[in-house]
Amino acid sequence: MENCTIPDGLLVTQYMKGNESALCELITRHKQRIYSFIYSKVFDRDVAEDIFQDTFIKVIRTLKRGAYNEEGKFLPWVMRIAHNLVIDHFRKNNRMPKFENNDDFNIFSVLSDGSLNAEKQLVKEQVERDVRRLIQELPEDQKQVLVMRMYKEMSFKEISEQTGVSINTALGRMRYALINLRKVIDKHNIILTN
Amino acid sequence: MAKLYSETSRRERVNKNLAPKEETIKFLLDYSKALSVIDYNKMKFEALLN
Repeated sequence: MENCTIPDGLLVTQYMKGNESALCELITRHKQRIYSFIYSKVFDRDVAEDIFQDTFIKVIRTLKRGAYNEEGKFLPWVMRIAHNLVIDHFRKNNRMPKFENNDDFNIFSVLSDGSLNAEKQLVKEQVERDVRRLIQELPEDQKQVLVMRMYKEMSFKEISEQTGVSINTALGRMRYALINLRKVIDKHNIILTN
Repeated sequence: MAKLYSETSRRERVNKNLAPKEETIKFLLDYSKALSVIDYNKMKFEALLN
């Protein structure tokens, strides 16, 4: 109770002379008011906490350097520092807006990591192996066109040139290759999904 | 009874007893104890001594 009677100005002087407990008293005395002021502007507990901390770091540094003049009152001075830091926060936030998730919408439901996890990678490799094995079962002419088109990424024009058949024949072989693959997959109930 | 979907106003939310965390206060007091300002030839140097 005794501390309540000590004016802020005197506590500031004591602190500048090295009395650390004076700072403790100043913070305890004004923390709620300053914190509420910051929170009323930013509406985020964590941001308010950061700005409160930065405010007092400035206060401590100014007082320790002896750069504080007792022209004004302590609390309005601290409030001004907090106010400036809140403005800095919004300026910074405008340059780099922060997205906050809420109950209605979570950004991670839209953004996802495109890379496969270990299990999916294994499944993918298995599927690709199965498909390669199935391709081996196709008639030679169909297999040749399918491999050139899908694995060597050649155009049908290039395939027709290399195999010596017309583009239409190459297209037809590709079509039958796919039909036959589907037939085999259906017949043996092979599941090729990731 | 009809369900209310409106949130409490911002002003109401601020009026709650808001205070910084204890660890923030502790950090500031520790920072203050650790900070030392050294005067040298009209220049001031800050040193954090842990």
